Amino acid sequence: MRYLPLTDTDRAAMLDVIGAASVDDLFIDVPSEARLSGPVEGLPMHASEMAVERHMSALAGKNLSAGSAPFFLGAGAYRHHVPASVDHIIQRGEFLTAYTPYQPEIAQGTLQVLFEFQTQVARLFGTDIANASMYDGSTACWEAILMAARITRKDRAILSGGLHPHYGEVVRTMAKFTEDEIASLTCELTGEPDDAAVIAAIDEKTSCVVVQYPDILGRIPDLAAISEAAHAKGALVVAVVTEPVALGMIEAPGNLGADIVVGEGQSLGVGLQFGGPYLGLFGCREKFVRQMPGRLCGETVDAEGKRGFVLTLSTREQHIRREKATSNICTNSGLCALAFSIHLTLLGGNGLAQLAAVNHDRTQAVVERLTQIPGVSLLNDAYFNEVTLVLPGDAREVVRELADRKVLGGVSLGRLFPAQEDLHKGLLVAATETTTDEDIETLASELAAVLEGVPA
Amino acid sequence: MTRYFTEDHEWIEVEGDTGTVGITDYAQGQLGDITFVELPDAGATVAKGDSVSVVDSVKAASDVYTPVSGTVSDANGALADEPELVNTDAEKGGWLFRITLSDPAELEGLMDETAYKAFVETL
Amino acid sequence: MSGVNAAGWRPTMGEAGEASEKFVTSSGDYGLMLEEPLSFELGAEGKCGVDIDTPERAPAAGLSKFLRKAAPDLPGLTEPETVRHYTRLSRQNYAIDLGPFPLGSCTMKHNPRLNEKVARLPGFADVHPLQPQKSVEGALEVIEQLADWLITLTGMASVAMSPKAGAHGELCGLLCIRAALDARGEKRDIVLVPESAHGTNPATAAFAGFKVQSIPATPAGRVDLEALKAKLGPNVAGVMITNPNTCGLFEPDMKAIADAVHEAGGYVYCDGANFNAIVGKVRPGDLGVDAMHINLHKTFSTPHGGGGPGAGPVVLSAALAPFAPLPFVTRGPDGGIHLVEEENRGEGHSRAFGRMVAFHGQMGMFTRALTYILSHGADGLRQVAEDAVLNANYVLRSCEDLLPAPFAKSGPCMHEALFSDAGLADGFSTLDIAKGLIDEGFHPMTVYFPLVVRGAMLVEPTETESKAGLDRFIGSLRSLAKRAKAGDESLHSAPHFAPRRRLDETQAARKPVLAWQGAPGEPGQPSLSEIGGS
Repeated sequence: MRYLPLTDTDRAAMLDVIGAASVDDLFIDVPSEARLSGPVEGLPMHASEMAVERHMSALAGKNLSAGSAPFFLGAGAYRHHVPASVDHIIQRGEFLTAYTPYQPEIAQGTLQVLFEFQTQVARLFGTDIANASMYDGSTACWEAILMAARITRKDRAILSGGLHPHYGEVVRTMAKFTEDEIASLTCELTGEPDDAAVIAAIDEKTSCVVVQYPDILGRIPDLAAISEAAHAKGALVVAVVTEPVALGMIEAPGNLGADIVVGEGQSLGVGLQFGGPYLGLFGCREKFVRQMPGRLCGETVDAEGKRGFVLTLSTREQHIRREKATSNICTNSGLCALAFSIHLTLLGGNGLAQLAAVNHDRTQAVVERLTQIPGVSLLNDAYFNEVTLVLPGDAREVVRELADRKVLGGVSLGRLFPAQEDLHKGLLVAATETTTDEDIETLASELAAVLEGVPA
Repeated sequence: MTRYFTEDHEWIEVEGDTGTVGITDYAQGQLGDITFVELPDAGATVAKGDSVSVVDSVKAASDVYTPVSGTVSDANGALADEPELVNTDAEKGGWLFRITLSDPAELEGLMDETAYKAFVETL
Repeated sequence: MSGVNAAGWRPTMGEAGEASEKFVTSSGDYGLMLEEPLSFELGAEGKCGVDIDTPERAPAAGLSKFLRKAAPDLPGLTEPETVRHYTRLSRQNYAIDLGPFPLGSCTMKHNPRLNEKVARLPGFADVHPLQPQKSVEGALEVIEQLADWLITLTGMASVAMSPKAGAHGELCGLLCIRAALDARGEKRDIVLVPESAHGTNPATAAFAGFKVQSIPATPAGRVDLEALKAKLGPNVAGVMITNPNTCGLFEPDMKAIADAVHEAGGYVYCDGANFNAIVGKVRPGDLGVDAMHINLHKTFSTPHGGGGPGAGPVVLSAALAPFAPLPFVTRGPDGGIHLVEEENRGEGHSRAFGRMVAFHGQMGMFTRALTYILSHGADGLRQVAEDAVLNANYVLRSCEDLLPAPFAKSGPCMHEALFSDAGLADGFSTLDIAKGLIDEGFHPMTVYFPLVVRGAMLVEPTETESKAGLDRFIGSLRSLAKRAKAGDESLHSAPHFAPRRRLDETQAARKPVLAWQGAPGEPGQPSLSEIGGS
């Protein structure tokens, strides 16, 4: 078997050294009733690379990949062009097969990358500091709420109606078990975001407000106004960024008063991957550092005075503080953080700004063309690279029919908010630098056809 | 002023109804380099045995239990910038917090210096 | 104070040792030992490794009040500079691809490259989680097939696939238990956790709203069954057991523990981190387990990537299956495959306790793990466990004369061997052996865990280590043990040959510097004294 180096000769020699007659003697502590006498039944035996590849390729072939059709989905996961060198670098064995850098002397590669990543995220978010990544944006969002509760010693969190519903569901699920109070505002089909409702909901018991920026409908909240109102009542602001490319064009949440900024880094370096693994980003003010969850990489010196990096402030974490830890998180999203960092290094700040401008431009093109279709209107007062279009009827069936016509036309609000009929005419459409004029034209003509009831 | 010790390696120096609490030199030696100290807020009411402070070293975090019940009157602000004081001067300059005792009778259960030294020998 | 540093771990920087008569280069590099500045010290504004179009339009009017005033303050590098920067950094890392990585309870096995190839097929890598389900049925089938394998291998009823890592899976399992108790109308708020448990266990229990009570170990290193039974009662929601446990030993009383807990109305959570020892040989379902997370990045070879990402699906008993969180893959009455989310949950899945994560879980890890599993098959996986256990016992018996192994006399270990540092010369500890191993060209084993053994050294070779590789490692470990017993001072300043000497972790914790503080985008190399020695 190609992955198992021991030969029968090896095994015999080793058993001899151990002083056991057979490998079964080494399993003597397993009660005989629990010991299987042979391979688990009902499962196939081993297979060659060729056979496995054939099997998996067949499964992959059943999926309509984003690159093979006009593609307009967003809603928290975006299709950007990832430069070719990113994937090559992350596949170097020294990155791919390395472990958490607990022995820093032989992990300076990983550690320096984490230090650079933390710096990039902090600057992108406009926060003093950032951690070495979380699982994804949704779990980072929940961890931020817990952190705000620890800092303010209050336990009421307000979720803007513009927060991604999956993120809201994660928060509500977790809060059921910790008894944190969550006030979830309703998402409304309005051109402006729900800033006024968020501000009105803040009271003295509020620990934090959670505001997505841009929000789930692509609208852009006024974080400065919300921050002022929250701080006046002793509450913190948690900003949630599901599209970091937006920060190439719109102001960083940390510079607008956000105390904790979390987000999803998938857009840069990581790829769609049907939902995971993704990359949780987490930044905050320096004074809150000891309440932060997740790993932190810090700069120091070695015994010869050379600059080096180590994981630090570990006493916050589970392996030391156990039940009093700031989080139970152990693994981070290391390889995805590396991919993000490489992509952002290739772009640089100016490149990111230009990339953002192109994203916005492509979205403007989409809006111009699609609003020409009778019955299709734009909801948003403002948008970056994602908009909500209002259709004449339920958007869910439209999306399915477009897919049958090999057009991935967007995400229906009905899929995201199944219980809210008032939103069901909404269609989320995103565009990025990968969106071509041909894609837009195809979407427009097929959408028009579907709305008119024209068969494919 | 009398100094008492606990089996958890806290010391308390009592004058009247005020006690100053810290950890012993033995404890700081066991912990290694101390990197951060979490201190209680002034005004906090605590019961004997409550964890009121946490002393962090690089790889460990140890709870410090108050030897007596009472109200915390203040904490050692110098430790914010110089947590290493607990290493270099655990039994004086590295004190952690002061407390107004609510039940001085609790001191009777604690060890004196001789007893504590003998206790450490057994470890 | 609570258990003043019971594990005994006090890292010291040590001295640099004698300054060697070193030939000093101008660059600060020495042959293939390469120093590398931060990207911030290399990059410049105006450099970019991506060619980007120019937008045709001015920004939409509605956006103008949100526009940032200046581009983000981040340096860029062209492609050649970027590739060079990261390649040079990569060479400062140890990795499985370089040699044995014997970290106990981490299962650092070889990461097959077929997994990487398959994960990158566009039909897996380039599909959006919210595409209409008809357009992603192949992806849903991958999840279903992997789920079937995991259920069958473990003898359980169902599996929750969405948790993003082991600790996340632990949380999922505990929340299923809470949901089950809620459904029974019972409020139990205590979880029993052995004192040898990995830190994620009590941390997760607290995260899930439980209070933790510790169960002591017997002198044989197992959970004390009588002590556990004494703690059971109407307030105990369940127990979290690692089996094989963190001392590398199988818990022979596992079924008795499960029976006792069930009888008291509780549930059994099993930490599956050590599943590599028993995969294909033992089914946790046969031992009474109600929930167990599986670390795909341990037993099923998905790469560790320098710290993540992982994946932690949780197999569930029939009692807990109804509470598994959304979303999950299932077959409808018509045989069609679909993903159950909030949109289509209906009455049939009303007891799911909620959602743990946006989208569906670690699909990239599912494709890799399924590829690994199909490659090995039921017979190969069984061989994996046997070879893993054989390798660990070989290390144990080859070193126990020199390094005390607290449980070696009572029988074999499973997939990992546990040593302690008793008997080393005064002033010498596990830390010195670990740092000495670095000079020998190996990554150290897990140190100072589990906490129940002072100066613990936990060695897990895994099944992908050849006998020749093991012999080399054993040779080094024996040499270091002898040196530490003889009081060889040079160990105190090890490692001598790694890219960095021991680092000042005290300074890093006292005065944290977590981001580069330098001036924006200034190009040019930092001076030698800034990064390398002088």
